[in-house]
Formats: sequence, C-alpha cells, structure tokens
Amino acid sequence: MKPIELDVVQQKLESFIDKDVYVHLETTNGAYASHVNAKAYNVGVYIRNAKIRFNQAKIVGDGKSYRAGLKMDIGWVYAEGLTDFEMFQGEKLLMAGHDREGRLMVALQISETPFNY
Amino acid sequence: MEKHVVVIYPHPDDEAFGAAGTIASFREQGVPVTYLCGTLGEMGRNMGNPTFANRETLPEIRKQELIAACKVLDMELHMLGYRDKTIEYEDRREVATHLKNILEDLEPSLVITHYPEHAVHPDHNALGAAAIEAVRLMDREKRPVVWAQAITNTHVEDLGMPDVVNDVKDKFDIKMDAILCHKSQASGVIRSWNQSDDMDNDLKEEAKKRLGVEAFYIWKYK
Repeated sequence: MKPIELDVVQQKLESFIDKDVYVHLETTNGAYASHVNAKAYNVGVYIRNAKIRFNQAKIVGDGKSYRAGLKMDIGWVYAEGLTDFEMFQGEKLLMAGHDREGRLMVALQISETPFNY
Repeated sequence: MEKHVVVIYPHPDDEAFGAAGTIASFREQGVPVTYLCGTLGEMGRNMGNPTFANRETLPEIRKQELIAACKVLDMELHMLGYRDKTIEYEDRREVATHLKNILEDLEPSLVITHYPEHAVHPDHNALGAAAIEAVRLMDREKRPVVWAQAITNTHVEDLGMPDVVNDVKDKFDIKMDAILCHKSQASGVIRSWNQSDDMDNDLKEEAKKRLGVEAFYIWKYK
C-alpha cells in the first residue's frame, strides 16, 4: 500500500456511488493487547462482505491521517485513522491505517465483487 | 522414542514461537512431525515492518511463510482450512471429529496443542479444546499422549509447574530461522512484548529471553 492520495481516492470512492458494493470494515488492537499490557483492553470488530449502496462518499484528512464517510439511504459507514491505500486487482479499493510498527489498526475496503471469504 | 508427533495450533507462526525447539529435537531423533495448522492467520494485524502485506494479500503471504517454516523445521504440513478468529464459533464437536479423523490416519504417539482457557488467543483456546476432545473421542488404547501449552501470564499460579520443560537454547538458531520465515509477523510480534521504545534492535536476543524454554502440561484424561 502507499500513502493516501486524496484526489485519487476521492475519485475512486465516487465511482462506487449508487452501485451495490461489498465492504470490509475493520478495527483491531490485536488479540494480545491485554496480554502484553495489563492496562490495555482487547477491542476489535470486523464485517466482511456486507453488501451496501451509498449515494455520497467523501475522504477528509490532514495529509497524514484520513477519515472516510459513506452516506447510505438509512445510515452511514465511517472509518477514521486511514493512512494508506491500494487498488487491488484493479477494482478493489483498499484503505487502511497502520501504526508506526506497520500494524493494521483500521481498514475500509470497497469492491463491486465480494472479497475472498 | 516417539513414533510420530502431531502439532496442532491455529496460526502460521504458533509452531515457530511455541514449539520450534521441541520440534527440531524430535526431528534430530528421526521422529516424524506433522503440523496441523488451523488457519492462515487471515486477520493478523502485522503486515510486515515496513508494511508489505495488506488484508487481501496476507493469507497467501502467510501460507508461503508457513510452508517455508515447515521446510526449515523439516516437518510435514497439513492446513485445516479454518478462518482466523472464528474457530471458537465453529461447532466444537465437528472440529474435534475433523481432527480425530486425521489423527486416526497418522497414528501419532504424541500430540502438542494449546491448553484450553490458558492460551490467551480465542483460536488457541478453541483449537486446543477441539484437539483434546479429538483425542478423547479415540479408542482409549489408541490415544496419543497430549502435551498442552499454556501461555497466559498466570498459568503457573493457575495450573502449577508444567510437566515437560524443554530448554531449547541449543536449538535456538533453527528456532529463530523458523520464526524469521514468518517475515510478515516476526518483527511485530517480538516488538509487541516490549511496550517501551528502548527495545534492543537485536530481535534474536529479545526472542531468546522469552523463547528459550518450551513448556507443556501433560493432559490427564479421566
């Protein structure tokens, strides 16, 4: 993946508007968070291949870290802390936020075809 | 001497961090070792440092790392095809039967797995429980011995001293080679043990402090 280029990602997000798309949305601090640090909490969530449709999409950020919001008819998809992106297999938009050790903290991925499961 | 050792852990790299020294010792004695690896670690958060994997490429990358590590340790590999983080939601009996069928085929004299409820990661606990159940489902006279590995910080106060304590420092080079096959994971995992920023950059020295001993409890079937 490479650092997010706002214009490129914004354009790609808009290409998915008003289409049925599959979303992978995730955040995690690792299965060992409270094992290696008693004061930490294990927190994680992911949803893979949720089929959604959105009518507005925007990515916003300060050049280092970005937020993406997708507006649906009756709700929102939101991800904060995105740093990197990649067009995977030409058609899947992968966005992720990594910490300084390169560990994934958050991911938002959108595709017109399902992700492997 | 053991006839055949089967190692049952859920993730590519569990075998390297948890039992590589023990596996290398068995292989040195000429004992066949087979790794039943539960998942491909699809949901790992370590993507290499610097990052070279992403959520979609990680499974294949970890599969290749796993194959390389098994080659270093000179053991057979069988991938079970479950998905990372989901083993505890599978039907326990179904997973146990799956494992039992493989064990009946391989006829091991020893099975190494995680100690249920004392192995930190939900996949470790769930696959360990299924492995122990698989052996319980076998005819009593055909059951292999089970070594269960506990990795919680409190396992000694909770369970007492482990029954089998293998000092593997003489196998540390091969253990480290196996760990480093897991390129996407090794650096992140080793660094995560030290929460301060002043960690020694020598991953091998840092690893040796933690991984020089491999300990197991012998499972007691009633």
